[in-house]
Amino acid sequence: MASQSRDAAIVGIHEYPSRDVEGRVNALQIKAASAAKALADAGLTWSDVDAIYDAGEGGPMSGLMISEYFGIKPTVMDTTGVGGSSYEFHAAHALRAIREGKAKVALLTYGSTAHSNAMAIGAGGRGGGISPGDNMETFAGQTLIANYAMVAQRHMHQYGTTSEQLAEISTATRFHAMRNPEAVQAMTDLDFVGIQETTIEDVVNSRMIADPLHLLECCMVSDGGGAVVIASADVAANCKKSPVWILGTGEATKYPENGADITTSAGAQSAPIAFAEAGVNPAEIDIAMIYDSFSITVLALLEDLGFCAKGEGGAWVEGGRLRFDRPNDGPALNTDGGGLSSNHPGMRGIFLLLEATRQLRGESTSQVADARLAIAHGNGGMLGARHSAASVILGRD
Amino acid sequence: MSDSNTEKKVPTRPLPKLNELDTGEFWQATANKEFRYQQCANCGTIVWHPRAHCTGCVDGDLRWKVSAGKGTIYSFSVVRLSYHPFFRTKVPYAVAYVDLDEGPRFLTNVTGIDDPLTDVRVGQRVELAWEEHDELSIPLVRPA
Repeated sequence: MASQSRDAAIVGIHEYPSRDVEGRVNALQIKAASAAKALADAGLTWSDVDAIYDAGEGGPMSGLMISEYFGIKPTVMDTTGVGGSSYEFHAAHALRAIREGKAKVALLTYGSTAHSNAMAIGAGGRGGGISPGDNMETFAGQTLIANYAMVAQRHMHQYGTTSEQLAEISTATRFHAMRNPEAVQAMTDLDFVGIQETTIEDVVNSRMIADPLHLLECCMVSDGGGAVVIASADVAANCKKSPVWILGTGEATKYPENGADITTSAGAQSAPIAFAEAGVNPAEIDIAMIYDSFSITVLALLEDLGFCAKGEGGAWVEGGRLRFDRPNDGPALNTDGGGLSSNHPGMRGIFLLLEATRQLRGESTSQVADARLAIAHGNGGMLGARHSAASVILGRD
Repeated sequence: MSDSNTEKKVPTRPLPKLNELDTGEFWQATANKEFRYQQCANCGTIVWHPRAHCTGCVDGDLRWKVSAGKGTIYSFSVVRLSYHPFFRTKVPYAVAYVDLDEGPRFLTNVTGIDDPLTDVRVGQRVELAWEEHDELSIPLVRPA
């Protein structure tokens, strides 16, 4: 293992437990409640925070607004808002700010009431002609799910990938979800039918939403949120929990281009940067927290992150390989239950950091014994069109 | 995806803005059933979607060209579930990325087929099938 810098660590986490808040709280309150719990988890308080990271779900001037709401006067402010992967970008930027000595304690928060607001994220109408790209595309009625489905369709065409192989992503995450009481409660609150482990047949026999993606290949729309506290090494040394170091990060974007291969995502660019900085390779990773908006997202990303070659993901995931109880077969996938079966209020990226941290602390409900290295990879936007990606490699002492 | 006209107000396909500054000229030309795209006379880059600057060089000289209207389906999906007031009445319908022979890849719907569940495939040859509206036409595709 190459020399790793251990300049910044995740020292506090909290995942807001409810996925259906029934109008009792709003997104800002979820952010604040989660922030307080995450700071307490670290043994820190509001006044320790000198860096604020926010993806803008609170509206315009979000960094300013959220600082006042929290009662914090940060000297570093970053409102990178690039969809569901924003929190992996935030972790990358926090590492840099702390490494430069510009910050000691960074606070990342997320809150959403997408479920309570009945937001039709996956199958709603697409935006109203704000950007030139929208003005060329809105007429076609492409839902967000259909965009991801086009990646799956092309993956099947190019590599012979099957629906049964894609279903492995869904069955593995549901297997983990059934071990996570908060995920089971989430599925109960959101009126899931059949809250139990699923088979490949269950997935491929579920209702088609956008060919070739079935219902059980699509993430839930929940309420929820969470918070992450990232601290410098000297602060981390005095925190309550053992530090989870940010060892390497990478960022990338992709958008529609003539002749481009949509089966390869921006992750193919961000992951090698992160692995190189961390001085580790994919074969050493114990935990893969990969944004599971849909089954195809994970399949394409397992390839892009280097766990297997491009096009071989279908065969690679067969036979339950991604389950937490198969530690000799590569990383365990989304051991909290993922966006498919535990938590997806619209921007899932923060939960990737949370569960990776739980695993490296030994606190997961699907704990991989002696887990040492994790990757959190966020994909925001649309996999088959414009999206942002960030990879974060995490490790414990 | 032809629209059946009824007496009561029916939801309509969302139409592009003719005055959008980067793409308006493309849409204005569709009134004449012309599918225009841009190529830079300086560096040769084919720019899609249309815009005011070349993405291949910083002293670009974008010229409009007209596609012959033939292409190939790069990928597609059949939408079964939509909450959009117009498109929910059209399910199931096929959305597709089409690679025009000249290079541009655009998003559209496949029309002129009996059943989107069986009659669309990756690699299929298609041609433009214009859907007429008041001030513009929508470039759909049908099997060639």
